[in-house]
Amino acid sequence: MKFRAKIVDAACLNHFTRVSNMIAKLAKTCTLRISPEKLNFILCDRLVGGGVSMWCELEQENFFSEFQMEGVSAENNAIYLELTSENLSRALKTAQNARTLKIKLTNKHFPCLTVSVELLSMSTSSRIVTHDIPLKVIPRKLWKDFQQPSVPDADVSIYLPVLKTLKSVVEKMKNISNHLVIEANLNGELNLKIETDLVCVTTHFKDLGNPPLASDDASRDRDPAEMAEVHVDIRKLLQFLAGQQVNPTRALCNLVSSRMVHLDLLHEDVCLQYFIPALS
Amino acid sequence: MPLLTQHTQDENDQYCLVASLDNVRNFSTILKAIHFQEHATCFTTKNGIKVTVENAKCVQANAFIQAEVFQEFLVREESVIFRINLTVLLDCLSIFGSNPMPGTLTALRMCYQGYGHPLMLFLEEGGVVTICKINTQEPQETLDFDFCTTNVISKIILQSEGLREAFSELDMTSEVLQITISPDKPYFRLSTFGNAGSSHLDYPKDCDLMEAFHCNQTQVNRYKISLLKPSTKALVLSCKVSIRTDTRGFLSLQYMIRNEDGRVCFVDYYCSPDEDIPEPES
Repeated sequence: MKFRAKIVDAACLNHFTRVSNMIAKLAKTCTLRISPEKLNFILCDRLVGGGVSMWCELEQENFFSEFQMEGVSAENNAIYLELTSENLSRALKTAQNARTLKIKLTNKHFPCLTVSVELLSMSTSSRIVTHDIPLKVIPRKLWKDFQQPSVPDADVSIYLPVLKTLKSVVEKMKNISNHLVIEANLNGELNLKIETDLVCVTTHFKDLGNPPLASDDASRDRDPAEMAEVHVDIRKLLQFLAGQQVNPTRALCNLVSSRMVHLDLLHEDVCLQYFIPALS
Repeated sequence: MPLLTQHTQDENDQYCLVASLDNVRNFSTILKAIHFQEHATCFTTKNGIKVTVENAKCVQANAFIQAEVFQEFLVREESVIFRINLTVLLDCLSIFGSNPMPGTLTALRMCYQGYGHPLMLFLEEGGVVTICKINTQEPQETLDFDFCTTNVISKIILQSEGLREAFSELDMTSEVLQITISPDKPYFRLSTFGNAGSSHLDYPKDCDLMEAFHCNQTQVNRYKISLLKPSTKALVLSCKVSIRTDTRGFLSLQYMIRNEDGRVCFVDYYCSPDEDIPEPES
């Protein structure tokens, strides 16, 4: 099992830091899957954490100038690591304005992801900061727990409004209630609703647009005004929104009535999928 | 704001109170200044809205938002009274964020049908509409401090910045704030008696911050610091403050607050003195 990679381009380094900050906001611990073409940050929260799951994917060649890896075996050419996501984002903090960033899988009494940052310096001698991030190597037999989540057929797919507005609305709603109803239809309307003994609040977004339907899509026969609704834990949604520092290239919300909300974001070339299960 | 202004006369007829505002912050900011208790009583007449918050039967804060602050203000009865959860009201008013993006305003339309009905809020920002239905509660009798101008012993008008620092740095280990107002030195003195010793802050009568000073008789009163501290919220927003005490030692603080449209609103604090009035210090 071997892994080493290098980033030299400042823009790539910034982008990678942003991704790692976002992951740190979304999941306390996450699984990093390394394969010859891709890096994945995975969260498979079984019921304990409320059942939220996340799948973030980036193409290694868009970030790394050097990338070598050797998985557990030739036919299973991948590495699965579990790490505290904040450790990675903290290590990358020192990498701002760095000349190069190297990431390596090492064994220093225990397995580590060694992040070494070569800082810019005025003199000829170079300065290098090294972080060893402890991690757990996930054995082959547990890999099946970290499969890419299957995306069920959505009843309604709709583009999300500006995330800043959405975040502010959800933040205020969280002060009042723990549960939130998300509903949307194929007319480009999205509503957020909370209801308590004291107050009912509904925010209506309109003209959001729906992505074109696939030809075999079941929702083709759906009445465009009919709402699909999902009740969710408001904190899960807020956690997702709080993690979004920059407006994504594309943000899509897929609702599966009474089952789940699937948020599908594209940041340039990084794709993030976030699944919030419905409350029963 | 087409969404909020397209209302037929019929629709307005069912409400005993309708108030519209282009910029919700002109309303919410003033309410924030008195938000030290969960519940507030709203008292509306054709002159405007008065929102009252009380604590421990010793302190009362009133925020006045005159009818002119609103673009539309309709009151169908002589007065409309209800009690409401102020925390929820403020969360609803700032649903689109407390610091909006520059150039965007949140418009508000507020309607109330009458006793037993919820307060309806329609908020709009950039085409996004939020509708809030806040249940109202049985109005409760509010305190009457019976603070009348004829009994006023001393009156000071200060520019707020003069009091701001003093109030934000009050020694909270002191149980009371002692206010001395006298026609001679030290004129106007704020004192605390905390764990680390006493502190006195004097304002000379002729300093630049002092806009008016009227006092014929020395008066020393103590007020619970925990009751006065919440008024700091109004103080930081205000440009001027009037400080008055009456023959019974009751304190009135009146804050003048200029909203984003340049209109003036007032927030009043009344506080009763702490029971054992000390001997005046030399």
